Amino acid sequence: MSNPILASWRRLRAATWARSLEFVRDRSTLGWNIAFPVLLVLGLAYVFSGPGQPMFKVAVLAPPGAALDAGLHPFLGTPQVQFYREEQQPVALHKVQLQRIDMLLDLTATPGRYWINEQSPKGKLLEQLLRGAGGAPLQQEATQGAQVRYVDWVTPGVLGMNMMFSCLFGIGYVIVRYRKSGYLKRLNATPLRASEFLLAQLLSRLALIVLVNGAVFVACRLLLKVRMEGSYLDLLLLVTLAASSMIALGLLVSARIASEELAGGILNVLATPMMVICGVFFSIDGSPHALQLVAQLLPLTHLVNGARAIMLDGAGLAQIAPDLMALAAMSAVYLFLGAALFRWRQA
Amino acid sequence: MTGQPPTPKPAVLESRELVKLYPKVRAVDGISFAVTEGTCFGLLGPNGAGKSTTIEMMEGLLPPTSGQVLFRGAPLGQRYRERVGIQFQTTALQEFLTTRENLRFFGSLYPRQRPLEELVALCRLEEFLDRDAGKLSGGQRQRLLLAIALVNDPEVLFLDEPTTGLDPQARRNFWDLVQGVKARGKTIVLTTHYMDEAYLLCDEIAIVDHGRIIAQGSPAALLREHFDDSVLELPAPEARKLEGGLQYKEKGDHAEIHTADINGTIARLLAVGASLAHLRIRPRTLEDLFLELTGRELRA
Repeated sequence: MSNPILASWRRLRAATWARSLEFVRDRSTLGWNIAFPVLLVLGLAYVFSGPGQPMFKVAVLAPPGAALDAGLHPFLGTPQVQFYREEQQPVALHKVQLQRIDMLLDLTATPGRYWINEQSPKGKLLEQLLRGAGGAPLQQEATQGAQVRYVDWVTPGVLGMNMMFSCLFGIGYVIVRYRKSGYLKRLNATPLRASEFLLAQLLSRLALIVLVNGAVFVACRLLLKVRMEGSYLDLLLLVTLAASSMIALGLLVSARIASEELAGGILNVLATPMMVICGVFFSIDGSPHALQLVAQLLPLTHLVNGARAIMLDGAGLAQIAPDLMALAAMSAVYLFLGAALFRWRQA
Repeated sequence: MTGQPPTPKPAVLESRELVKLYPKVRAVDGISFAVTEGTCFGLLGPNGAGKSTTIEMMEGLLPPTSGQVLFRGAPLGQRYRERVGIQFQTTALQEFLTTRENLRFFGSLYPRQRPLEELVALCRLEEFLDRDAGKLSGGQRQRLLLAIALVNDPEVLFLDEPTTGLDPQARRNFWDLVQGVKARGKTIVLTTHYMDEAYLLCDEIAIVDHGRIIAQGSPAALLREHFDDSVLELPAPEARKLEGGLQYKEKGDHAEIHTADINGTIARLLAVGASLAHLRIRPRTLEDLFLELTGRELRA
């Protein structure tokens, strides 16, 4: 009798190979998987290079207990500007550098101080508004360090979002289609085990996602001169873990469903909030605490935060360790649940 | 096979009092039979009779509500799947893989594999070996699915309605292949609602209706046991000329007379002036047997 581990490895390899072949030969899907993120990044770079974002976000360091209103400083009464409280000056200042927020006010010092990002047209505009608001004059402080363009900030978000769609829908729909058509039932009649089949789906999709997004990333570096301060290897590790967790989430969703409509609905329910609250396009600083907590439970948040830390701040593994661990834990939990709930055939 | 008394061979596969209950249906209601090494056993019955549910329990894919399936005298174990081959009624294959790649993929899931060339020759896959499996005709597809079912050189081959939906020519070709497989001594379990298929391929059949076996034996023995007459078919208006003299049954635009005395019946028909231009005399079939046993048509 042959070695069971070797036999298991042979089955896993065969299933991974078969799935990858199917994906690579499906030219239209493959083309779309490459074209979509490129178009998205180019489109966003174009849209956000111009002026015209109505909403401004200003962090305020204020004395404890003070309400953030015009009583504290007339500028805080300005409409169309969101003021929110920050406690730590260095953290808030960093957000200014990254253009996650447009301005930082320090009303605990006398005289009051403010910081803006010199690269940010919104910061410049806010400065004009501040001068026109009256009240005690505030002193501008120099913002140290590199100042980041919006496109640098948004690119990790957009690539992350695209990965999320590719993982969730690419995996979810394929498994549901396999189940509906009876292909899973046929595989069930072979010695292939559920864990081997699921792992094969994960590996083939993972390899493709890493390759495709790697290519798109290079294109963004060349075309948009996107900032990259950290290590490519760290980024690869982060992306691999993040893609694994999102693929595992797709496997979990599709563990039993045999209807594309239902799967599509559930995947949308997962994907849409991720797009909004994981900070893809806009920073969620200043959002309600509960929302920020929920965001911590979603894999995309950790991918986007980790990727920004590496690309914009040159963070190393130690700094993004919490994100890496969260993603590894999510991968394990989703995969375990997905395998436990998995059904080969329609109920 | 000639009519010698069968030497008692051990059963390869045996089902004992199989029952499968679904919330609203008793799909299988106590089915027992044994399949002898090297024979083809057929489950014949109309759609919804419980054939597919029974065969899936025999395949080890569906747990019975009660009862047991034994393979070579023992309950189905972990490695049962390595030793049997299955062709389902409908199976989708992965898209964008060729015939050859599908065979290679399924082959690599098994510890023991039959050589590719042998499968290709046995199932006549030469002409579409490198064609995308999604672009095959219905008959070609069934041949590929048969080859996949044989990829591990199984001890038992299960065929669940293998020719449903095929055109007559493709069905005939498929039967040739199955007879080739049989000639190599494979044990086959087959479900079908085509009586001609069962008659041609099976050494033994069990007629299934409402989840139970209502008759079992070799096709020839079953017919001998239940019938000693033949069927005369002629257009209905001609039969009506008998005017209550002889029993006949109208079926659509023709009528059937069941009789053991063919000469006498023809003489009566000539006597009443019926035209014999479209007369057909045929032996009793499994279709007649099913009608006799259940009062319903097999394909209804």
